[in-house]
Amino acid sequence: MLVFEQILNGLQLGVMLFLMSAGLTLVFGIMRVINLAHGSFYMIGAYVAATVTARTGSFLLGVAAALPAAALTGMLVEFLILRRLYHRDHLDQVLATFGLIFFFNELIRMIWGRSPLFMEVPTRLAGSVELFGGLQYPVYRLAIILVGILVALFLYLLFSRTRLGMRIRAGATNREMIGALGVNIPLLYTLIFGLGTLLAGLAGVMAGPLFAVEAGMGDSVLILTFVVIVIGGIGSVRGAFIGAVLVGLVDTLARAFLPELFRLLLASPSSADRMGAALASMSVYIFMALVLSVKPAGLFPARE
Amino acid sequence: MKRFFVFFSALCLVLAALPAMAVQPVKIGMITTLSTKAGYLGEEIRDGFQLAIDMENGRLGGIPVKLLVGDDGRKPENGRRLAERFIQKDHVKILTGLVFSNVAMAVVPKVVRQGIFVISPNAGPSRLAGKGCNKNYFNVSWQTDNLSEVIGQYATEQGYRNVFIIAPNYIAGKDNVAGFKRYYKGKVAGELYTTLGQADYAAEIAALRSAAPDAVYFFLPGGMGINFLKQYAQSGLSRDIPLMGPAATDERLLHAVGAAALGVINSSQWCVDFHTPANERFVTAFIKKYGRTPTLFASQGYDAARLIGSALAAVKGDMSRTDDFRRALEKADFTSVRGTFRFGPNHFPIQDFYVRRVMAAKDGGYTNRMLKKVFNDHIDAYVGQCKM
Amino acid sequence: MEVKKYILPTAILCLGLLLPQLLDFFGLQYLLSLATRALIYGLAASSLNLILGYGGLVSLGHAVFMGIGGYTAGILLYHIQAGSRILGLLLPGSFWNSALIAWPLAIVLAALFALVTGLISLRTRGMHFIMITLAFAQMVYFFFTSLDAYGGSDGISLYGRNTLPGLDLDNDQVFYYLCLVILLIVLFLMHRILQARFGRAFIAGRENIVRLQALGIAPLGYQLSAYCLSGAVAGLAGALLVNQGEFVSPDILHWTRSGELMVMVLVGGMARLFGPVLGAVVLLFLEEYLAMYTDHWMVIFGPFLILVVLFGRSGLYGLLFEKGERS
Repeated sequence: MLVFEQILNGLQLGVMLFLMSAGLTLVFGIMRVINLAHGSFYMIGAYVAATVTARTGSFLLGVAAALPAAALTGMLVEFLILRRLYHRDHLDQVLATFGLIFFFNELIRMIWGRSPLFMEVPTRLAGSVELFGGLQYPVYRLAIILVGILVALFLYLLFSRTRLGMRIRAGATNREMIGALGVNIPLLYTLIFGLGTLLAGLAGVMAGPLFAVEAGMGDSVLILTFVVIVIGGIGSVRGAFIGAVLVGLVDTLARAFLPELFRLLLASPSSADRMGAALASMSVYIFMALVLSVKPAGLFPARE
Repeated sequence: MKRFFVFFSALCLVLAALPAMAVQPVKIGMITTLSTKAGYLGEEIRDGFQLAIDMENGRLGGIPVKLLVGDDGRKPENGRRLAERFIQKDHVKILTGLVFSNVAMAVVPKVVRQGIFVISPNAGPSRLAGKGCNKNYFNVSWQTDNLSEVIGQYATEQGYRNVFIIAPNYIAGKDNVAGFKRYYKGKVAGELYTTLGQADYAAEIAALRSAAPDAVYFFLPGGMGINFLKQYAQSGLSRDIPLMGPAATDERLLHAVGAAALGVINSSQWCVDFHTPANERFVTAFIKKYGRTPTLFASQGYDAARLIGSALAAVKGDMSRTDDFRRALEKADFTSVRGTFRFGPNHFPIQDFYVRRVMAAKDGGYTNRMLKKVFNDHIDAYVGQCKM
Repeated sequence: MEVKKYILPTAILCLGLLLPQLLDFFGLQYLLSLATRALIYGLAASSLNLILGYGGLVSLGHAVFMGIGGYTAGILLYHIQAGSRILGLLLPGSFWNSALIAWPLAIVLAALFALVTGLISLRTRGMHFIMITLAFAQMVYFFFTSLDAYGGSDGISLYGRNTLPGLDLDNDQVFYYLCLVILLIVLFLMHRILQARFGRAFIAGRENIVRLQALGIAPLGYQLSAYCLSGAVAGLAGALLVNQGEFVSPDILHWTRSGELMVMVLVGGMARLFGPVLGAVVLLFLEEYLAMYTDHWMVIFGPFLILVVLFGRSGLYGLLFEKGERS
């Protein structure tokens, strides 16, 4: 039963990571740009949602304000800065967006102060339900799983069934040709970037009631997100989904069971606990190194 | 003629006194953490310290002071850099503000050997209380283990037999768990160490539920505590298994956790609702100046300033009287907002400790209320290792 | 033209040599240790420049080598000062405390780590390389964080530095000059290596791996050697940094530290021998001064970084010293 519950926890963490990585991998896959500031849009989403929810008392209004806020800030950043970096190498992109992280973290601190913000689970999603076998599970975490699956579905349909999705894919493969066909590539890119940051904002909103809403909250989740898309294969939304679930599972199961495993192996329980914990912290990185040493381009490389 | 003589002598006296009165203010260097997620801690300490100065119109103990503040960003190297600037450029003799033990360990051992006084308003790692104690290092808050010892004692008094332990996998986490176990006499239902800065606690909460403990001891400072408390409340466990821990329930964090923190037991040497004149004066002035309820960190900053003031008054602002200044600090001749306060032989406080419970406040927010006193005149476990 | 090219470097070298006296003269002695740190970071950033600037290998885990070098020196010092055993061995102080033992050991261990991780990371490209270097750095970071014997996350405070026959390293001015000399030697060697066949083959790997392979040159060997060399130099920088600060903690290899090294390389000027040193100097002093004026200095620093990326392709070095000769 415990194992099942931990698997569910891993799945839920994975879905959360997918919300973050989908936008990032989309932007990378199409524009070939590494955006380290992706976590900043996650933070903006959470801050705006927390503020609006606190003012109006409505979680839905919070969501309604946060998504455009993240998308618009994203498009502004793309328009002002990132579009100048599409043809540069990755290093420039990494550094410029590294600068953006500093800027946004400090800006948030200047606007909202140094205290974390309050955001709670909307009343309808509060509490837990009984799944089979007497397993109590928080409704809100189930809601996150649902939202993640809906987003995955939405992205799948967007790319495979719509005209816009077709153009995006065409633009990614051959920029000049699609431009010659009269598609406004810069606008298309701005929109895609906006979609990516909107997804990050959505992840931030969903994270708000679970995690501390504080300046710099995006940084720690950012690294995990990169781990996910690298494992999944950069640029592949499908890879991001599978990578996210795998990382979620590895991280959760390592945290849940490694210490116990070490207790069986080592004589001293206290050093076993701490070694198990240290190894659990490293687990996703070890997993990534293993995946990349076998498949250097990730599990589902998008192209090439 | 005689009157003229008197007048003249008086004038001379005044003129002679003028340079002495126009002395340079005593500079105090504050190395604290203002950026990063933990930046609010430094803000509380700085504001509490500044309040004490403002209440005396720019003086401490009647001596004009100048507070120089630098942000260490929680990085040891930045702390060291600031210390160098304060000491070599501004000729500061008193350093304060340290929030985190990693910064303290980089700064304190080096500067105290140069004869600089460090009055720590927060960081109190075991190594500075025990083997690494120094005559120039004073701590006005508590040794890292203290607050967890209080929880351990409380758990024993409550008759908990089976407690679950959760803490981050780093030095302060380990020290705190050790402190808890020092006074907790029951069984340990399970013990989990998490990654520093971890956000998701689903796996830990599931393990905790299956261990079915009587109570949970958690040490998860800052944002980690917010994450944990929110997720714990959602898991529905907070109705059945009480939470107790030394961190994550100061007034700033309570504001972010809200109802999810209701009923959490935490420990402190101070509580906002202490009814002593000194404390009421502090709390009123703090709320008036900053528009928020002070946390225990603000109270520590305020006490650090008042302690420095008492010693400055004793040497009349003459920082060259190093030994007198140290003796005055050792006396701790000031009224602490926490009530009784004196230093032990390792320059850590001997003080009373309380447990507090998170309650709804009148203004719709949440605050801590004093529950009971747990320790009288308590000092840390490392004092015996200190050879000063 | 040729003569002119050497005026500025010579002037800067003189400034470097006279800096301790100048600081003394203006009563700014407190800046000496900042300047020393700038040299050390310059050394570390130069080592990153070797693989990043010349080799096009973007590593976001370079601080890990500083960490390994730093901990090697730090742990040795700690045991000698405490008079305790390492792995059951008691090391008599005078010999093991020598920089001639500790620093080469730091270099070798950092290079070994580079060899092992390089074998795996260099199989990947671009973004994957960035992430896998980060992953290795994170693993080591968590390792040291949980290493209780050496202070875990709090690190260890040391009492004094390594010794070097004939030099008093505890004297800050002596230490400054030592760092300056080491930096100059390393830069000179780096220059020679890059001019040699090895260096040209390595640089060519940045531009076009396929062509290189067609010429019968396997880039991996060159890249791996350069990676080890770079790690070794960063390891030395770590050992120096720990000596300078008399302190070591996992903070030395935090991933943001790797980011800072990258920033130094870029701000100073990529693939320019003196660029990273300039970047390190500018960055450390900028931080010192910006932070004095506002708590919120990051809000200025962030956009500054973006502007450098957008408009300063050749870094400050290119901006200052390469007028009109930019390609």
